[in-house]
Amino acid sequence: MTQRVKFYQTGTWTVGNRLLDAEKRTVQATTERRNALTSGHRACQGCGEALGARYAVDAALAAANGKVIAVNATGCLEVFSTPYPESSWQLPWLHSLFGNAPAVAAGVAAALKAKGRTGVRVIAQGGDGGTVDIGFGTLSGMFDRNDDVLYICYDNEAYMNTGVQRSSRTPAGARTATTPAVGPHPGNPPGQGKNPALIAVAHEIPYVATASVSDLHDLEDKVKKAMSISGARYIHIHVPCPLGWGARSCDTIKLARLAVQSGLFPLWEAQDGEITKVTPIRRPVPVSEYLKLQKRFRHVLKDEAMVAAIQDIAERNIRRFGLLGQGEE
Amino acid sequence: MLKQIEGSNAVAQAVALCRPEVISAYPITPQTHIVEDLSALVRQGKLGNCQFLNVESEFAAMSSVIGASAAGARAYTATASQGILFMAEAVYNAAGMNLPIVMTVGNRAIGAPINIWNDHSDSMAMANSGWLQLHAETNQEAVDLHIIAFKLAETISMPVMVCMDGFILTHAYERVDIPTQQQVDSFLPPFAPMQMLDPDDPVTMGAMVGPEAFMEVRYLMHQKHLQALDLLPRLVDEFETLFGRRSGEMVAPYRLEGAKTVVVAMGSVNGTIKDVVDDMRGEGAAIGAVKVGAFRPFPLSGLRYALSAAKRVVVIEKDLAPGLGGVFASNVRMALRGLPTPVYTVIAGLGGRTITKAALKETFARAMADEIEDPAFLGLKREIVEAELARMHEKPRSGPMAENILRQMGLVGYRL
Amino acid sequence: MFQIRIHGRGGQGVVTAAEILSIAGFMEGQHAQAFPSFGSERMGAPVMAFCRLDEREIRLREPVMAPDALIIQDTTLLHQVDLFQGLDRRHGYLIINTTKRYDELGIGEYVNSFLPHHICTVAASEWARKFIGRPVPNIALLGAFCALTRRVKLESLQEAVLEKFPGRIGEMNQKAAAAAYDAIRLN
Repeated sequence: MTQRVKFYQTGTWTVGNRLLDAEKRTVQATTERRNALTSGHRACQGCGEALGARYAVDAALAAANGKVIAVNATGCLEVFSTPYPESSWQLPWLHSLFGNAPAVAAGVAAALKAKGRTGVRVIAQGGDGGTVDIGFGTLSGMFDRNDDVLYICYDNEAYMNTGVQRSSRTPAGARTATTPAVGPHPGNPPGQGKNPALIAVAHEIPYVATASVSDLHDLEDKVKKAMSISGARYIHIHVPCPLGWGARSCDTIKLARLAVQSGLFPLWEAQDGEITKVTPIRRPVPVSEYLKLQKRFRHVLKDEAMVAAIQDIAERNIRRFGLLGQGEE
Repeated sequence: MLKQIEGSNAVAQAVALCRPEVISAYPITPQTHIVEDLSALVRQGKLGNCQFLNVESEFAAMSSVIGASAAGARAYTATASQGILFMAEAVYNAAGMNLPIVMTVGNRAIGAPINIWNDHSDSMAMANSGWLQLHAETNQEAVDLHIIAFKLAETISMPVMVCMDGFILTHAYERVDIPTQQQVDSFLPPFAPMQMLDPDDPVTMGAMVGPEAFMEVRYLMHQKHLQALDLLPRLVDEFETLFGRRSGEMVAPYRLEGAKTVVVAMGSVNGTIKDVVDDMRGEGAAIGAVKVGAFRPFPLSGLRYALSAAKRVVVIEKDLAPGLGGVFASNVRMALRGLPTPVYTVIAGLGGRTITKAALKETFARAMADEIEDPAFLGLKREIVEAELARMHEKPRSGPMAENILRQMGLVGYRL
Repeated sequence: MFQIRIHGRGGQGVVTAAEILSIAGFMEGQHAQAFPSFGSERMGAPVMAFCRLDEREIRLREPVMAPDALIIQDTTLLHQVDLFQGLDRRHGYLIINTTKRYDELGIGEYVNSFLPHHICTVAASEWARKFIGRPVPNIALLGAFCALTRRVKLESLQEAVLEKFPGRIGEMNQKAAAAAYDAIRLN
């Protein structure tokens, strides 16, 4: 369990690592961190996905004693990390297609089982488009068969690699290249989209969690926990995209935190079809605090009804997950 | 051991003898019996530690064997028709990654109109995916080709499709000699990949390749096919030495001595063609046949050699390039480029249309008199086509032709 | 080459009958080929299956257009499908699963031109009901086929039945086949 440090050294709550017992410090803070996604890659400045991937894969490697194979869907993460003939990956890594990473990973896991290579673990990763849209059939199949794979989705809420088009994770009101801020109802229409983490829970797989790059301890704990379990596991990580969201590169962590604290991106865990843990919101903020830092919502802020509708989404999350309650710490 | 068994059952036994480590499949007619049998063998523990994945689509079937092969396992799947199109993206991917996967294709037409019967339009649609494509004439050959396919695939690191005519072979009971495990083991060593996903030796597979190197990657795929042209005949010889029969020949001539007219075809129809050739030879006709056993790599020079004495060539083809004619026939023409030999295309057996001896004989006779249209459509019901053409001319509007034709024919069930 | 065509409906074991007959032929050292009419496998739909027996390798893949023997498993097909297509009435064999007379079936005139020992009716569904408990006439009809045509020995058929259906189901089918065989031989 994460030890919550009550001593806030800075306004960003990033402190505390050095005040913890050594074994409770983050993987990222240790000198042995593996840098699975090493420096030199071509991600944008402030890329939430690059950060999330390094956090998650390093944590997985630490949990599996370095014996991890990664499968990657097509997308930003794949493109910026492996421009031929270079690679930023410090672990065996396979990219096949946009929509098949879960199935490819299932095949890798089957091969390891057939070969008796126990101890080697499989993770698969992709963005929201590759995971929640084009790859959703294969993801559901992987859940259904309970394949021994940890799937990690880095959710930046649109197709960033192809130039910021709408995905089924694009939030209500957001402007993208295919939901432009024009006409009487600008931006992404409300009432659309899906929640893959809850759909994963509906598959009753052993472990599901949501996480954010704003809470490194929590993210690493969830990866570690997922790696301690076998079968199909799913972690959905919220990763801001400065380019696609129209935000400052230095605001990536802040935006991720505001998404959590406003209730728009609840953090929770589920095991075998039941939600087992919810991270309560410590200091609630109105959604406008989150929206106003992003150009994709600029038109929304002029529309009170739309802001209210987005606030309603946040309130519903807060009610549904009990985010203001005494959620287990 | 000689057995009287169903083609699918025989192929499942052959695949099992190749000691696959991961099998992944999604059901589609007429492939089902093959994977049903394999799933039973896995469940019975007869394939050791082999994993059988019941996946949710053909796309996942091919994707998971991509993962398995990349992780160093001998991987197998089977499909047909819509299934091969549904996995098309991954079919190309497997070839581009040089993964030695073996896949059975129970050749079946592609819709619309939906049709479960045999033709070659499914595997033909993947002709340029980079996969090697071997075609079986009989169930014995289908069995043998699978054993050869694994060795071929793993030797040159390319995936191989074994094509067998849906229903005509997959559902036919005939005499098949199933080899022993010892025989297969002596021919096919365990899979030893050049590189694989391994935490002790991490590699990146599937990186993006830009304009600076993509041409080279594709050129090397071309080279792989040229290499296969040399390798496959050697494997056929080696197979013959160990198993005592010749299977998998890329170009197999039949009664070519003095043949002025030569019929070229792929797959099971070659059996019927041979019977027709015998009949016509008996009547004094100078006719022979060539079976093409590999569509990819395409045996250009072997075929050119076999057809060098022919005055005319008749290609029987179970596929159609609308507006152009034959796909296979175009490839045969390529083999004869620079020669004046006419190559007649006969489109036959589409969607399972019966190819009878009588119809073939009549067609060959017309070809021998050089009185055949090109392309010709074997057994085409002219009156139906013309009525629909007239209707379309009278009342031009878009919409499906299939339903109109069925209505016209008053067709309720399948007839011979 | 001896060619057999079997007509029936989905669920009556038409395809299985052709397969078993091919196995029986194979057991006698013959070359044999069996295949279905490749339709959808809906219960009750008209189905046909083919079998060829020969001393030489069978290369021909066309459906059996001109059968030497025709087996009709279900007489409700008689006036719906062109069952007799290609059958030579002077030399061909005809085996029908029925308890009725030919004229009751409306084919009295048609069967007149067959050789008397080339044609028979068999109460195959009754034999099946008696020995198997279900009216699946396919194997009993094969018993009659052996008796009538002598193309395949009853022993080979029995062996093939057991290969296809090991155990009790096979044994019950063997009894039905033997009963039908005896009924035709004694006729």
